[in-house]
Amino acid sequence: MSGHTVVTGIGVIAPNGVGTEEFWAATLKGVSGIDRISRYDASGYPSPLAGEVSDFDAAGHLSSRLLPQTDRMTQMALAASDWALADAAVDPAALPEFGMGVVTASASGGFEFAQHELQKLWSKGPEHVSAYQSFAWFYAVNTGQISIRHGMRGPSGVLVTDQAGGLDALGHARRHVRKGTGLVVSGGVDASLSPWGLVSQITSGRLSRSADPERAYAPFDTSADGHVPGEGGAILVLESEASARDRGARIHGTIAGYGATFDPAPGSAREPGLRRAIELALADAELAALDVDVVFADAAGVRALDRIEAEALAAVFGPYTVPVTAPKTMTGRLYSGAASLDVAAALLAMRDGVVPPTLHVPDQAPDCPISLVQDTAREMTVRTALVIARGHGGFNAAVVLRAAPDGDRPGTP
Amino acid sequence: MTAPALTLTDLTRILRESAGEDESVNLDGDILDTPFAELGYDSLALLEAASRIEREVGIRLSEDALGDAETPRLFLNLVNEPITSTT
Repeated sequence: MSGHTVVTGIGVIAPNGVGTEEFWAATLKGVSGIDRISRYDASGYPSPLAGEVSDFDAAGHLSSRLLPQTDRMTQMALAASDWALADAAVDPAALPEFGMGVVTASASGGFEFAQHELQKLWSKGPEHVSAYQSFAWFYAVNTGQISIRHGMRGPSGVLVTDQAGGLDALGHARRHVRKGTGLVVSGGVDASLSPWGLVSQITSGRLSRSADPERAYAPFDTSADGHVPGEGGAILVLESEASARDRGARIHGTIAGYGATFDPAPGSAREPGLRRAIELALADAELAALDVDVVFADAAGVRALDRIEAEALAAVFGPYTVPVTAPKTMTGRLYSGAASLDVAAALLAMRDGVVPPTLHVPDQAPDCPISLVQDTAREMTVRTALVIARGHGGFNAAVVLRAAPDGDRPGTP
Repeated sequence: MTAPALTLTDLTRILRESAGEDESVNLDGDILDTPFAELGYDSLALLEAASRIEREVGIRLSEDALGDAETPRLFLNLVNEPITSTT
């Protein structure tokens, strides 16, 4: 059928690069954005590291009307949406407003904004709390602000499945495209590194307590002991293949398959749901495991979870076969932003014929039988990529991406 | 004691500080009778500005009356009315 959903625009904001090409160049070179938290003194916290986006100038991107009513995550999402639409060469003002939708993922909401308002509430009183607190911190705010900014009034929503959300949003956006919405802005951007946001994450028990940026986040390593949190993500523009071709758009790739599952209850003897999510995504794409050129791993950085992911990959692809990478070792885990960023990286890998590396896995665990692309980028043709994401609480999601056919890429050198 | 009345300059300063400024609008121009909507301010922006004014001036404004104050002139009248009448 001609009902493929394609990605025509990418906008990236990441700890190791603000802007798609900045992020991609740094990622291929193995430049990490993980360091000590710089925006406040985090030396007293058990997890003092993060992947911060350090050179984003919100005031340079957004009007002064928007700044007082937006959390940092929304400011970054709005900038990324501008870049994604510019990359897609779309002028939303020229399109029917009910023909464009917005579906983003959100893992935590606007914690930094909310922290400031709660501090005012307790130290000065309720009359000091901003009226904008009413919406600035809630899950759907990035979707809402992107919708308002670009005049997109078609089907919209927000997916809240922790880190799996970056893929679940794309799966849901694809549903809207299939039902006839011409263009959907999707993806995820999170920024929950304020003291309150960080403390909330520490309670998950999954944050690394190391203060060494090169050792703290080592997925699939024998020393894996948690992840480093980060901020940022990616916003993507999705369209039907037909409408993208009609307007002569450059196509980054196709969302060929999507699968989502939920884990059995903790303590159950049943297999975790990740393998099934991968198989569902492959079946949805009508592809076999052998067709997959590279896997972008969830890379939890927690021994038990790493083992589950490696076992699922070994079961589907065979042990030590398909190349697996985790560029998030250079950004930290970005929650709802992570998987969207991996999808962006996978599409760029297709464009440039190169797979970004996984950093800082000095001693890969023998019970993680996967073929990790380590330390340096690997030049190879990528036609099909699998992106995996898991969310705290049992969420599993997988997306299969296919490269645009050769000769259909005007504008690509 | 009569509290100094809130001026248009005060109002535009507070609007800028609490809700920002639309690039396409000149707040320093003759805006006394320009509806807030045309100045780029929605009801939430006015609520935010009103709460700042309440704190600075030490008054309480009724939300119903605020909803009817659609221009800077009406807004200033509303704010300055209780200041002068209660002293």
